[in-house]
Amino acid sequence: MIPDLGKYAVTVLSSYGASLVLLALLVAVTLWRGRKVRADMAELENRLKTKANRDG
Amino acid sequence: MSLWEYANPKKFLTTSERVLPVFWWLSGACIVIGLIWGFFFTPDDYRQGSTVKIIYLHVPSALMAINAWLMMLVASLIWLIRRHHVSALAARAAAPVGATMTVIALVTGAIWGQPMWGTWWAWDPRLTSFLILFLFYLGYIALWSAIEDPDTAADLTSVLCLVGSVFAILSRYAVNFWNQGLHQGASVMRAGAITGTDTEEKVSNIFFFPLMVCMVGFVLLFIALVLYRTGTEIRARRIRALMARERMAA
Repeated sequence: MIPDLGKYAVTVLSSYGASLVLLALLVAVTLWRGRKVRADMAELENRLKTKANRDG
Repeated sequence: MSLWEYANPKKFLTTSERVLPVFWWLSGACIVIGLIWGFFFTPDDYRQGSTVKIIYLHVPSALMAINAWLMMLVASLIWLIRRHHVSALAARAAAPVGATMTVIALVTGAIWGQPMWGTWWAWDPRLTSFLILFLFYLGYIALWSAIEDPDTAADLTSVLCLVGSVFAILSRYAVNFWNQGLHQGASVMRAGAITGTDTEEKVSNIFFFPLMVCMVGFVLLFIALVLYRTGTEIRARRIRALMARERMAA
């Protein structure tokens, strides 16, 4: 149920489209990088712990 | 309990993980409610027509573009004065968020300007200072990435942030400093505009209330993003330190 935007429909919808895509990208990249860094850190800590146990 | 306790990375991470869900949900709720309210339930403006609906994205993003830099300024000053790593990392974490907000403000402004001013872009004081602010954001992000030593990078980016603050402030007050150009002056956050004692043109309440909800949503989203990204930067720094230690031991 999109309201009648008249002759400015393209203007308004393209503004909303561009902004929401940029916001979604920002949140997605932030969450993706956060999860990747967490996983990398867990893997590194496991590796160091295993190495420390092996070396006694 | 002192604020400086949060300069401890471990304390920062545990506290931010506790409060983050609240900020994510509140920001999402405010933005969704504000945008639905503004888009579906407000009338067209008598001069701008339906393009007035763009203010629900343009104004909050412009607000956060400037405030993100001011937050980075405070964090950079804390780094330069007290050498707390978390504050330098928080400034680094805020930069891409501020840059995205600046792009949204510039893009929505250009799309709105085409039918209203007859041009996508004008070298107007506010528009130009906003473009320069965006270039400062890019320079700040590039400088962090270009320098390997994190303390040197924090020092140099902090100085860049101090210089860029001039443009952040100019972006806000350019219309007042140079009374020329196409961009209108402040009509939302003037005290008189809210109390109704202002004689100049102000935003009508029918547009003002959903706009306020969107602005609160953008502020909360900025806080959520910066808290989350600062946690990521703290972990990335810890990874670099552990890998350096591993290399030394080998």
